[in-house]
Amino acid sequence: MTTGWDRQNYQSEDLEQHPAVKALRKDHADAIVEVGSFRGEVTVVVAPDRCVEVLTLLRDDPDLVFDFLSDLTAVHWIDREDAPFDVVYQLYSIENKMRFRIKTRVKDGVEVDTAYGVWRTADWLEREVYDMFGIRFAGHPDQRRILNPDDFEGHPLRKEFPLGGQVRW
Amino acid sequence: MAKQEIMTINMGPHHPSTHGVLRIILELDGEVVVNAIPDIGYLHRGVEKLSEDKKYLQVLPLTDRLDYLASGSNNLAYILAVEKLLGLEAPVRAQYIRTIIAELTRIMSHLLWLGTHAADVGAMTMLFYGMREREDILDIIEMTTGARLMPTYFRPGGVVSDIPEGFEARVKDFVDKFDVKINEYERLLTKNRIWMMRTKNVGHISREDAISLGLSGPSLRASGVDWDIRRDEPYEVYNELDFEIPVLPEGDVYARYMVRLREMRQSSRMLRQLLDGLPEGPYIERSPKYVFPEKDRLEDSIEAMIHHFKLVVDGLAPPVGEVYSTIEAPKGEIGFYIVSDGSSKPYRLRIRPPSFVNLQSLLTMAKGNMLADVVAIIGSLDIVLGEIDR
Repeated sequence: MTTGWDRQNYQSEDLEQHPAVKALRKDHADAIVEVGSFRGEVTVVVAPDRCVEVLTLLRDDPDLVFDFLSDLTAVHWIDREDAPFDVVYQLYSIENKMRFRIKTRVKDGVEVDTAYGVWRTADWLEREVYDMFGIRFAGHPDQRRILNPDDFEGHPLRKEFPLGGQVRW
Repeated sequence: MAKQEIMTINMGPHHPSTHGVLRIILELDGEVVVNAIPDIGYLHRGVEKLSEDKKYLQVLPLTDRLDYLASGSNNLAYILAVEKLLGLEAPVRAQYIRTIIAELTRIMSHLLWLGTHAADVGAMTMLFYGMREREDILDIIEMTTGARLMPTYFRPGGVVSDIPEGFEARVKDFVDKFDVKINEYERLLTKNRIWMMRTKNVGHISREDAISLGLSGPSLRASGVDWDIRRDEPYEVYNELDFEIPVLPEGDVYARYMVRLREMRQSSRMLRQLLDGLPEGPYIERSPKYVFPEKDRLEDSIEAMIHHFKLVVDGLAPPVGEVYSTIEAPKGEIGFYIVSDGSSKPYRLRIRPPSFVNLQSLLTMAKGNMLADVVAIIGSLDIVLGEIDR
């Protein structure tokens, strides 16, 4: 199966030559905050309000087809005052056998648009992010806790949450 | 016309067919499933939070306890992520050994799945057959690692000790035996009329739904998606092996059974090639900053002593960065996302468990099927709650 995917450019040192980065630069240049790579894994940081738009483009672009949401999670950077959370999307293209990472930085207490409309995988993964980090997703069909009990207080994967749990006696 | 009434019933968390502590709230119209809401988290141990306070090597035993039926695979996924973070590569012999253990683990996991799945549907014999062969693999793993279920045998840079004498012969014996035994399983089930009635056209999921729901592994391949990480993003020595990826288009319980059964045959084929190709050489890369030196060097080498001391006290510290590394576990795609801040403990360690994501498709599969089919569908998804709840 041949697609428009350019394997050589994918591995190129120059990140701007990466086909997915190129596609984003073309249509959503203003949404891109930062492009980086580590150990050959390319990460693009986008503005939170443009995130779903970018994800939809990556899924629907006939050359890229990132049709598989491998993982969705968050990271709490407690020292980063302006926007302490990273929401991380790990994408995979079954056709092109390529991975790509989208990140968005969000403020505490600000809702992120749900990716449920793009991939249904996002349903439980976003519930888990809400459960563990307290990040809410606007438009999510069923925003409940998933692993912790419903009456649990706090969000365990936040850095300020004590490792031994919250003791109340 | 009779009044339609929806009945809500509770299945689990102690139902034997849920393979652990899974609770499902079922809404039924007569005997037909209208809605199925899984309720999970009964086994939640906070592995991701615990990992943030452990050194990289101390996290390793925790990964055994995720999918406790295929610990070797979890270890491998974690170790590969750490190696990628460190920029470390294991010697070829170590990669061969790890691949052998991973494939043995795959057969072991599939055997237990097949046994319990068949027992859920009513075919008791398969459980005993499956357990019998699984015991042989457990013996091999025990003679190699000293433990049966939780080996913790891999290390960044290789494996903790070389394979023992007689290992190759034992694996060879097992593979020879297994290729005969698997025909017995097929004779028991594949053309069995009751088995076919219980599994064919049950729990159907289409290719598009399966991809959108993030289904992975054998369950996805039973819906006609030709994707296997072992072939498409080869890790360890899979690119040197000759094997096929079984793919079936039907997307029902029977197809998922057939895919896993064929996968076991392929695993055994891979094991033969791995045994033939197993090279001589070191079993671990003694990279002084990341790997412990040999024990007997500690007595006469001050450098070895210092490295050992530093590794015990400080632990290995990867550079600042983040990696997401996935492998094909028996249950699907298992991924580790590790964020390093340059210290000897992971700043954030995220586990992408295949069972957790796969379980999401339960509703799509069960809707419109009979209550009794839910048991067959859960069985065909091959879930392990240790991994779902973490």
